[in-house]
Amino acid sequence: MVRKVREHISQNEGLIFERSSAGKYAYQLPEAQVPEIDPAAALGADAVRPEIPDFPEVSEVEVVRHFTRLSTWNYGIDHGMYPLGSCTMKYNAKINEYVARLEGIAGEHPYQPEALAQGCLKIMKLLQDYLIEITGMDAITLQPAAGAHGELTGCLLIRAYLQSQGNPRTKILIPDSAHGTNPATAVIAGYEVEAIRSNSKGCLDLEALHNAVSEDVAALMVTNPNTLGIFEENIAKAAEILHAKGAQLYMDGANMNALVAMARPGDFGVDVMHLNLHKTFSTPHGGGGPGAGPVAVKKHLEPFLPVPVVEDDGKGGWKLNHKRKQSIGRVRAYVGNFGVLVRALAYTMANGRDGLRQTTLDAVLNSNYIRAKLADLYDLAYSGPTLHECVFNDKRQLTSGVRTGDIAKRLIDYGFHPYTVSFPLIAAGAMMIEPTETESKEELDLFIAAMRDIAGECATQPELVKNAPQSTRVTRMDEVAAARKPVLRWKSH
Amino acid sequence: MRYLPKSESERREMLDAIGAARIESLFESIPPEARLNRDLNLPPGRSEFEIMEYFKERARENAPGYQSFLGAGVYHHLRPVVADHLISRSEFYSAYTPYQPELAQGTLQAIFEFQTMICQLTGMEVANASMYDGSSALPEAVMMAARITGRSKALVSRAVHPEYRQVLATYAKHQDIKVKEFGWNNESGAAELPEADAKTAAIVIQSPNFFGVIENVAAAAERAHAAGALLIVVIAEPISLGLVRPPSEADIVILESQGFGIPPSYGGPYAGVIATREQFVRQMPGRLAGQTVDTEGRRGFCLTLSTREQHIRREKATSNICTNQSLFMLMATIFMTLYGKRGMRDLAARNVSQSHYVSGQLALRFSGPHFNEFVVKASAKKNKALLKKKVIGGLELKRFYPELKDCLLVCVTEAQPKWALDALLETYAADAVEAHGS
Repeated sequence: MVRKVREHISQNEGLIFERSSAGKYAYQLPEAQVPEIDPAAALGADAVRPEIPDFPEVSEVEVVRHFTRLSTWNYGIDHGMYPLGSCTMKYNAKINEYVARLEGIAGEHPYQPEALAQGCLKIMKLLQDYLIEITGMDAITLQPAAGAHGELTGCLLIRAYLQSQGNPRTKILIPDSAHGTNPATAVIAGYEVEAIRSNSKGCLDLEALHNAVSEDVAALMVTNPNTLGIFEENIAKAAEILHAKGAQLYMDGANMNALVAMARPGDFGVDVMHLNLHKTFSTPHGGGGPGAGPVAVKKHLEPFLPVPVVEDDGKGGWKLNHKRKQSIGRVRAYVGNFGVLVRALAYTMANGRDGLRQTTLDAVLNSNYIRAKLADLYDLAYSGPTLHECVFNDKRQLTSGVRTGDIAKRLIDYGFHPYTVSFPLIAAGAMMIEPTETESKEELDLFIAAMRDIAGECATQPELVKNAPQSTRVTRMDEVAAARKPVLRWKSH
Repeated sequence: MRYLPKSESERREMLDAIGAARIESLFESIPPEARLNRDLNLPPGRSEFEIMEYFKERARENAPGYQSFLGAGVYHHLRPVVADHLISRSEFYSAYTPYQPELAQGTLQAIFEFQTMICQLTGMEVANASMYDGSSALPEAVMMAARITGRSKALVSRAVHPEYRQVLATYAKHQDIKVKEFGWNNESGAAELPEADAKTAAIVIQSPNFFGVIENVAAAAERAHAAGALLIVVIAEPISLGLVRPPSEADIVILESQGFGIPPSYGGPYAGVIATREQFVRQMPGRLAGQTVDTEGRRGFCLTLSTREQHIRREKATSNICTNQSLFMLMATIFMTLYGKRGMRDLAARNVSQSHYVSGQLALRFSGPHFNEFVVKASAKKNKALLKKKVIGGLELKRFYPELKDCLLVCVTEAQPKWALDALLETYAADAVEAHGS
């Protein structure tokens, strides 16, 4: 029985262009305080454009209704559980939004004099200190805009360091369970990718690693806990193998929500890692971004960090140092997604040392509770102990022709956002579930009940599941047609 | 621990269901030597009111209440309340990437509208759902041009934002892409177009350029196309497109959307975007929303052409980008919708009136037509005097261009009040006269 939701009406709303009527507008400029001048005279007639074809012409009320109606077609974390594995969809605290919008925070220009930006620099410095303590690393840059951008920064740091040792090397090793960003990033950093197969437990295969590591290998990029939610028990040994050959250990910190206050990458051999502040540190996903992907490093990589870095100005304040000889350069203009950093700091302050620890405990408790309550109906992809997420597969359901993607869609009818579908690639038919710590037992029980009901439906009414969702504004999209004949913009004719 | 919705008895019940004695025992898979056996050295958790106080204190150490004439890629514009109000709906900001279209039509339709508006504004045929920002979109566009042309050299104007060029240098080094820079005309401040050759993948210009000067895009396109190369045009101040001729002759346009009402926030988050011609869409990085129908034939939207992307193509993807800047793309979309066809022009015209009111009374370094930014010959010392009036003056260009010492890049938009314009004029005038005489 569907308990979490009931169907209700939602408003129809066309494209904003279809609402336009010539002459409508939703703005008023302040009264002119200087003489108005003819743009054609000021810029030259050739430089001035004709009117913007088909641009919207609507009133303020219509703008508000348009986007409000659109918003009601979305599912957000404030609606309920968002069990996307590896995405860490946790509650986004409202105070974080408030402080990021303060005058004196949101209005600050990246080039204003440092004497008038001490507040921003202090925020960055404090967040850096906290993240260094949490990761056990020695130094950090806050510049990268997202996880993949952090990965790139990390790979470039490794390259610069190895170059300083005489040889940047040619290859990066990546387990077959990794996120797609890892191999894509390594290529952008100018490396070849060599996949390392996982062992029967879904973990790093030390022997395969041993055989793969050579003087050509720059680094191993590994997610820990891995994408199955399993802590790589041989991580320290892997670090030894790599270090013995002069290679580096990169850790993708996408799953750091399983480790904060319980284990620190800096203590188990990691040389460089990134954090996803939009995952572990609760900054909103925003429908796809923004994020922030700070990169933390050990001492030997510190000279290569991107410019600028926040430094003591020797006069009791802080400054940005843009001149560092060995730096890899810039990966982004200005200091990074500062507004995201503000939110992450507010989150860390709100939790403090005890809150962060309990956060990790509850994230792992929630995941293991789901695992225990579903393991009789769904097969686990791998049986080892898991931390913040668990991965089932659709093997049993496939006997009635139902796939992981169908079960995910059926969850929508039960009022939940789907889990992560068909990932990691090493688990065929994967259902990757990460509840995070901000779900109550009641919400978890509703989710478990939904999954159990769906398991029943798979056996008795497979067509119902295969045609889900039925309760949404739109049913399944024809994604094949979308890709075959792409319509990527509205046209008036 | 107010974000943790569980009582001790609930934790107990859950542990019983799992069959574990303590939550800590669920961490036994972490080898003892890898565990942290102490508390983190962080303060205890803070209340909402203490957090508010902390950030208000930091805000006071910045420049609240100051008027600012800084631009240089980040623009102070009036920000309509409606835009921030609407992106504050948590259905938007607390949603994930719209991979499940049935639950994300709101985000998807907004992306589709954004893509459309960017095309209408730029004269391009397709636009993506955002990149991190303008600066990181530049190397992505250059790599795209290299893939399209099979060539490996980029000729880049030095009047492109210096930090964008620095980011390009960081990426290009490892992609076997040679970046060669070219200068500007000492009189006009416009790019001195170089000759492209058979190795040139793209010519890159910015318009209005870093000095605020509007470039001749058509001439640059001709120069690039004559050699079989592409033209990439960077637009750092999108408000200019309300009035300035769109770069329709370009092959790839990179636009930074910050000017569309996104707060400066000390450098981000903003939203970059790449727009191009239809024929190049499969070489374009970043997410794309496309129109399609559901099983009942109803119009809807979904992410599409994802075989370009890392989660499908892994090491063969067009880019490693995953997370983008969706929420600020939304903010830009709402801003553009509010101003609309008439307002985009009015707003751009107001920028011209205000900036030309100021620039017309000062000695300018360059004679080329400018939108809302211009280079004034004045000593940076004058900025100290302005600060006493709570006005932040123009950017000292010496920072990026040693040859432009005693030159300030000033940006005047619709946002500065008359008293600030007059304060700037009064302070810079004396110097300007001297400079003019020399």
